[in-house]
Order: sequence, then C-alpha cells, then structure tokens
Amino acid sequence: MAAASMMPIFSQNVSSKSDLVPDWTRQEVSTGTTIMAVEYDGGVVVGADSRTTTGAYIANRVTDKLTRIHDRIYCCRSGSAADTQAIAEVVSYQLGFHSIELDEPPLVETAAHLFRASCYRYREELMAGILVAGWDRRKGGQVYCVPIGGMLVRQPVSVGGSGSSYIYGFMDSNYKPGLSKDQCLDLTAKALALAMERDGSSGGVVRLATISEEGVERRVLLGDQLPKFSTH
Amino acid sequence: MEKHFTDSRVKGVSTGTTILAAVFDGGVVIGSDSRASIGGDYVSSKAINKLIQVHDRIFSCIAGSLADAQAVTKAAKFQLSFHSIQMENPPLVIAAASVLKELCYNNKDELQAGFITAGWDKKKGPQVYVVSLGGMLIRQPVMIAGSGSTYIYGYVDAKYKVNMTREECLQFATNALALAMGRDNVSGGVVNLVVITEAGVEHIVIPGDKLPRFSDE
Repeated sequence: MAAASMMPIFSQNVSSKSDLVPDWTRQEVSTGTTIMAVEYDGGVVVGADSRTTTGAYIANRVTDKLTRIHDRIYCCRSGSAADTQAIAEVVSYQLGFHSIELDEPPLVETAAHLFRASCYRYREELMAGILVAGWDRRKGGQVYCVPIGGMLVRQPVSVGGSGSSYIYGFMDSNYKPGLSKDQCLDLTAKALALAMERDGSSGGVVRLATISEEGVERRVLLGDQLPKFSTH
Repeated sequence: MEKHFTDSRVKGVSTGTTILAAVFDGGVVIGSDSRASIGGDYVSSKAINKLIQVHDRIFSCIAGSLADAQAVTKAAKFQLSFHSIQMENPPLVIAAASVLKELCYNNKDELQAGFITAGWDKKKGPQVYVVSLGGMLIRQPVMIAGSGSTYIYGYVDAKYKVNMTREECLQFATNALALAMGRDNVSGGVVNLVVITEAGVEHIVIPGDKLPRFSDE
C-alpha cells in the first residue's frame, strides 16, 4: 500500500526581510491530514480530521475533507487544498454528466478512474492524495486509493495523509474482514483520534460518514467526544 | 513538532530500525528488530544485535548510524563500569542514560545516533529513558524509536497500559515490533527481546516464522 503521506511544507525561504511578515503567509495551503475509508458488507465508512494548515498556522480548524462527488460517492482529500478541490470539482462534473448519459447512478469504480486520470496526467503539477469511497448496486461498498503520483488500487481499508503513518500498526492489528458498520465507525474514530494526537498537521474534530444503499449519514465527533487513550 | 529523522539519510551502515522499551509491573521489556541496511537498498546484516548490555541490569538499544552507536556504547560501558566500581554499587539506570546523553550532546554535530536505555535498579525499580538525536534525555513508561516506530505510534498509544503483567507486556512488545517490521522496509529479521527484573535478565528471540500475523489485505 502506498501512503499518500503529505509532509508539512516548512519554510524554504532564505530572505531575512521575512521577519516582519509571518512565514505562513507565504506557505501553500495544505490539508496535511489524516483520512481513512473502510468497506463493510453493505457500504463504506469514511472519516477525516478537520485541520487545514499554511505552514504553522491553522487556516481552517473545522475543514470538511469529505467531499461529495455523487449521491453515493464521496472522496477524502489530502495534500494541497487547492489541487484537491479543483480535481474534485472536475470529477464531480464529469461524473454527473456521465450519469445523466447512462441514466443510472454511476459506479464507484468509474469515479475512481476519473480521479486517477486527472491525478496521473497532471502528476508533475499536482500534490493530491485521494481516497474514493462509495456504494453502488454492482459491487456494493468499495474503497479506492489514488495516492500522489496517480496510482489506483482498490483496498478494503485505506488510510492517507501525513497522519496516516502513525496508525498503520493500529490499523493492521485491529482491522479484520467482516466488521459491522458500527465496528467500522468505531475503528475509524479511534484511528483518527490516535493520528491526530501524534501528527501536528492533523487535528480539530473528527468527521465521519457512512454511505450505503439507504443513503449518506454524516456525523461529527467534537473534542470532548473523541476516543481517549490512557495517557503515558 | 520534532523533526522526524529517517535513517535512510544516514551514510554508511545504518540500523534503519524499530526499537521499543516498556515498563511492566516488576520489570521492563526492551526489544528490537535485527536488520542493518545500507541506504535502505541493501540489507547488510539480517541478524545483528541491537540490544547492548551496558551493565548487569541495564540495556541500551540503538537507532541511527551503527558505527556511531557502537562507538558511543563502548565509551559508555567503560565509563559506567568505572563509575560502578567507584560507587561500590550497581549504577542507577539514570546514570547509564546520563552517560549516553553527555556523549550524544557534547558530540551532537558529529553523531547520528539515538538510544533507549532500560533497566532495573534498587532505587526506582524498572525505568525507561530515551536519549534522542540532539542529546535530550527524558523518562517515560514506554518508548519507541527508529524509522519503523512511526507506524506503531497509534498502536502503542492505544494498547500500552501501566502495570501490565510480564506476559501482557511481552505480547505487546512482540506485536508492536511485528507490526512495524511489516510496514517498514528497513526493519526486519528476528525480534530480540530482553526482560529485566530484580531477579535477572532473560533473552528471548522470536524468529520470523513465529511472529504474530495480522489479517493482511
């Protein structure tokens, strides 16, 4: 599995007249982040933190990184905020058009391929790691990972963003095939909370969504509702 | 946020590695993988020992440049045995950790090595100290380090509890190392564990085929 890990971009500036102007005004806006998506029988659970940074400044502490692409297809964005927003808009448009032509809800695999097409074609210019997840009638719940560089792979569970490195061990040991929806929600919430504790570029609240045949259910876990672990 | 140091940038032989130490009720477990690599491309040794005994009940494990670490531990071992003779008492774990810290801090420009020191002494019982790259020394109940440690921060935060039993702690350490070795390409080989208690020191080696397996995708 390739990690769509986004290293927070620290200052590369040399000029000293920058003393009067804070560094972060010259940093690109990044969603240094933690995102996660898990398949279960009947749908998918997606989750993300809510921090957007420009260098050391948190530009948005309640970001929504779970972006709707279609009725039953969402994407989790990590990397450059501008790049991922632009790609998501393009793909939403393409997918909406395709769906009207077909007169059918689009497949998650189609959405994933559209993401990959854009990410791979413009891989030199872009900095985007995306998880595409959703439900369709043909294959049920699916998660596709499109990391930086434009690879495409389907996985039952996937994490991305700068905070993802810290939770690979937790995820490997706690994920088993055949979990229920509530178990997936619990796993995602815990994993995101752990990553947010360790990664400086992830934090804020935990946003979760479940996507199934019935529709999309969204929820937010605020600071005091986050899973806690014994401190040491 | 502390800058994360990846061992693959170390020139020469590096212990791109995963090391861990954890306190349990009555003792401490210290463990590591056994791989030494050059630049992340070539495994120069499949089974090296990264757990150095600096005194009877004090062990240190090394991360970073193998050459630097060997030189530092050699100097530390000497200083510590001398200190122990002078005091006419086994050295305290914090003494061992401080010796390493002094060496790391005073030579911080030349060295690229970090240490986890764990042991048992009569004054404070089981303890774990970490000396990081620049020479900071802190004490913690559980500590992980090395390139493979990034992948198990979440696991360690979630799983470690204070006052575990010896068996629980061994299982925790084995699982954590196995998970890290599964994700980090410069960590691997066998799992070396040492259990230090008032009674003595026990070495445990777990070969690759006996490591715990986690459901792979």
